[in-house]
Amino acid sequence: MTEFTPYLSLIGGALIGLSAVILLGLNGRIAGISGITSRLLDGSLGGASERPGVFFVVGLLLAAPVWLFTAGTWPEQTVPSNLALMAVAGLLVGFGAVFGNGCTSGHGVCGISRLSGRSIVATITFMATAAVTVFLVRHVVGA
Amino acid sequence: MKNFVGLIAGLVFGLGLIISGMADPAKVLNFLDIFGTWDPSLAFVMGGGILVAMPGFWLVTRADAPLLGDRFHLPTKTDLDPRLLTGAAIFGVGWGLGGFCPGPALTALPVAATGTLVFVPMMLAGMWLARRTDLFRTSAPATR
Repeated sequence: MTEFTPYLSLIGGALIGLSAVILLGLNGRIAGISGITSRLLDGSLGGASERPGVFFVVGLLLAAPVWLFTAGTWPEQTVPSNLALMAVAGLLVGFGAVFGNGCTSGHGVCGISRLSGRSIVATITFMATAAVTVFLVRHVVGA
Repeated sequence: MKNFVGLIAGLVFGLGLIISGMADPAKVLNFLDIFGTWDPSLAFVMGGGILVAMPGFWLVTRADAPLLGDRFHLPTKTDLDPRLLTGAAIFGVGWGLGGFCPGPALTALPVAATGTLVFVPMMLAGMWLARRTDLFRTSAPATR
């Protein structure tokens, strides 16, 4: 069980939206994490046009340490401990997100906000396969 | 200056993920577990994001170019190609297994849970592999 947090989730979501607006309005870039991260893997790490992307990822990595220094504890989290499962999950998430041109941020927040038909279909698709996966793991295999 | 904007945007994005609870895979998995211990929080995160980004995007793209750049890098594709659909389907399976998508996984990396330390390198490997797979490729990679 996790506690339903409508207000904190709405506020956190609004911050994510604000970040996306800042990035598009100032730098002209879409805040898609899989796109930004995967472009950095292309060997274009040192390219001047991709450098703001490097800084974006650094900012993302700094968020939890900043939280630690202000709140006094790491963000609360329970990460699955089955390491073989996490390895497979990581591979599928990375491959699928880049193969499908976006993840929860690029398609789910930015794409839907631009009313992109591709993003709406992609979001429905990954929500559906994710829900089916959880159902199978928790209620069929784990039952 | 663009680097500084990138840093701040990344930091705000990460703090948003933490405050919203999305850096916790348990909350994500419970959102996806509709017939079990359902936690609707993730819908509020997406809702909050869209509520700000939709009018915000409309406002900032009324200009001809971003304040610090020469043009807006926006996806131009409109067709539902097999890459989009298979990619999204595969991504969803991984998301349902681990409870992490790329943003939360990177945000949670410094907390250094063993599962995260396994997940992130494999995720980067998957991304690298997808960049190099031309299957179903109809045009140059989109800029998202």
